[in-house]
Amino acid sequence: MKKHLAILGSAIVLTAVIAALMTGCGGPEKGRTGARSDVQEAALKTYVQPGDLDEYYIFKSGGHSGQVYVYGVPSMRHISTIPVFTPYPATGYGFDKESKEMLGGFTWGDAHHPSISETNGDYDGRWLFISDNANNRMARIDLRDFKTKQIFGPIPNVSGNHCSAFVTENTEYVLAGSRFSIPLPKGSFEKIEDYATKFKGVVAGIAVDPKTGHMSLGWQVLMPPFNYDLGDAGKGPSAEWGFWTCYNAERATGKLEVTASQKDRDYVAAVNWKNAEKAIRDGKFKMIGGVKVIDPKDVEGVVYLLPAGKSPHGVDVSPDGKYIIASGKLASITTVFNIEKILTAIQKKDFTGNEDGIPVLNYDNIKDAEVNVGLGPLHTQFDDKGFAYTSLFVESAVAKWKLGTWEVVDKIPVSYNIGHLTAAEGDTKNPDGKYLVALNKLSHGRHLSVGPSQPEASQLIDISGEKMSLLYDAFTEPEPHYAQMIKADKLKPIEVYPKEENKHPKAIWDIKDSKIVRNGRHVEVSMVAVRSSFEPWKIEVKKGDKVTIYMTNIEQTTDELHGFGLNEYNINVVADPGETKVIEFTADKAGVFPFYCTNFCSALHQEMQGYLLVKP
Amino acid sequence: MQRIIQKANSFFETPIDLRSRALVLVAALMLIPTYFFPLWDMTLYSNQFPEGLVLNIYSYKLEGGKSPYRDDLKEINALNHYIGMRPLVEDDFTEFDWIPFVIGGVILLAFRVVVLGKMSKLVDLFVLFTYFGLFSLWSFYHKLYLYGHDLDPTAAVKVPPFTPPMFGHQTMANFEVYSYPALGSYCMAVVPLFFLVAMWLSRKAWFKERHP
Repeated sequence: MKKHLAILGSAIVLTAVIAALMTGCGGPEKGRTGARSDVQEAALKTYVQPGDLDEYYIFKSGGHSGQVYVYGVPSMRHISTIPVFTPYPATGYGFDKESKEMLGGFTWGDAHHPSISETNGDYDGRWLFISDNANNRMARIDLRDFKTKQIFGPIPNVSGNHCSAFVTENTEYVLAGSRFSIPLPKGSFEKIEDYATKFKGVVAGIAVDPKTGHMSLGWQVLMPPFNYDLGDAGKGPSAEWGFWTCYNAERATGKLEVTASQKDRDYVAAVNWKNAEKAIRDGKFKMIGGVKVIDPKDVEGVVYLLPAGKSPHGVDVSPDGKYIIASGKLASITTVFNIEKILTAIQKKDFTGNEDGIPVLNYDNIKDAEVNVGLGPLHTQFDDKGFAYTSLFVESAVAKWKLGTWEVVDKIPVSYNIGHLTAAEGDTKNPDGKYLVALNKLSHGRHLSVGPSQPEASQLIDISGEKMSLLYDAFTEPEPHYAQMIKADKLKPIEVYPKEENKHPKAIWDIKDSKIVRNGRHVEVSMVAVRSSFEPWKIEVKKGDKVTIYMTNIEQTTDELHGFGLNEYNINVVADPGETKVIEFTADKAGVFPFYCTNFCSALHQEMQGYLLVKP
Repeated sequence: MQRIIQKANSFFETPIDLRSRALVLVAALMLIPTYFFPLWDMTLYSNQFPEGLVLNIYSYKLEGGKSPYRDDLKEINALNHYIGMRPLVEDDFTEFDWIPFVIGGVILLAFRVVVLGKMSKLVDLFVLFTYFGLFSLWSFYHKLYLYGHDLDPTAAVKVPPFTPPMFGHQTMANFEVYSYPALGSYCMAVVPLFFLVAMWLSRKAWFKERHP
């Protein structure tokens, strides 16, 4: 008996020791299961020494947060947030007069697809465009100062601007379109039972001024009530074309999950934007919602439909512009169309039908291949060696395949459920290869637990070798729909606004020039913010006065920002060095309200404050 | 005594030879860089400014290091105001008005020596220039002394009065300050030496005159 106990006792001890060894002594705690990397290789490839800089910028869309997030690659460090469609007190965005007007009363947007401006099909690093799926807008960020400069829209007739923003080869247009068809013009009413005939979609090209980047209405094409999902602009031999995928060729309503998934084929819409321009010039358009809209029933040669695998999602044009690659998210194949074959079919009128007057091309004669990439293919990016990388949502993997031979050569699992992916300059004419980032929809707790509201996961993958290898996990706020990865040396951002460039009529550069001027019920304040005071620091008004403060941060040193937070007036504006911001409000509450510098500036930052005195 | 005066008189009357004139001409030309290069450089290093805040003092202007991300002069003034130091502004430096003028005068006087070729004129010029140089140095030191001593009594940060360094290194709060003469000053420093050499070279003519 004693012997048995001894054996049992030693067995228990042994088990405990083994268990301890198995769980590992020290070292980082393992998260839940999923893709792992070769620790040493990955560490060496991603470690960026303190003080050293990353090799690439990555601009990730922030989805329904409305913003754009800037990361460095390969460190995957989050560097900054560019507010676009949503107010962002951290930089005072949406609180000063100019940005408030730009937001146009909306307090959110659904930032979807970012697109860096291109010259000859390569990123030129001038602007970043991004679409708003919620309020049908398009924003332009200037990459000289990483600031949103224009929000265009809501764009007339465009409803659910999802299949956007994709720039043409020389940024002539940014593509846009309707994910949710509605009766047009906006504001009209039709019964939902008449969806198939009375609801309309549009696809559009927003014109971009080549010098300033200023966006204006370009052309629009009236489309059947499908759901236009994603797009891409052609390059090289396909440069004149814009492509949009669509689901719901069934023209169904209600439970689309089922009703829009009945047919085996949906479409890729191909628009020849040169012909669209010509049609507009020739007056072949209808005015709908104040926009020149081309109706394909009346105008030939502008738009064609390419049948594609069930409910296609992404459509991506290869670097040489020859292949148009559409991924059927409910299929296991990716269809490769050939632009030459498309042009031949159009010439020969090799059509198999039409949808509201739009010719449907003969599928068998325009495709080059159906690549069996795996389950749930969504989007495709490219490298410098002729390979394509397709994200597989259902399979949670990335497939690498060869253009031309259509052979799948490698596959790597990701954690989990990849949506978009972005390779280094991977949607341009000259991709860099090297890195690919998988933008995963689900992270399933591969991070320190933060409760039920979990971030999305971005995984850095090395694509320089024959085999892809996982390097790093990073996490992103909702929700990186797409991203752009650009070589760091292509951007030359400024770090202060040079005094000479500040043309604001109310800018002042000397404390002596600060003043308060009353004009009836309007009080105008010319204010200087500089380490560590506001001048004037005392503003006396009467209740009901309109107050306008022109605040110039006269610093010329990098990172010396000054904020203006006004207690209980819901105002926080930040001026960067050399910038003049306009703060406008009605002093509708009597009392004494402190204002203070919100952006830590110096050892005497706490002392940087003043009072707004509102007489009853 | 009489002999010494005679000796001196004859020395001052000595014409200077061609080599000396050439040397005086070169010395005059050496002053031209003072219009293009700084006389003094100060650099302030700290953790926040590992590459240093740079202040270049010219004969006629004050210039901070300028980069797309910073204006060093503005930054130095922004920092100095915490200890109540007056801002460094060009209007405060009367030197900027008279130094370039005097240097121009010296150049003209040097041309005069070259043309007239008299030892006395060269001695005048040597004495005048040395006096001017030493006075400028004192004036610069005095300026530094004033900036460090004439501190606003209401300043946020009280520091004991100090004189910023003129030559070499000094630690001031979180800054390591280095101050050295710059190219302009080096050019100015060799000018009196050239004058002396010019005198030396022409001493033979004087000897010959006295011992024919």
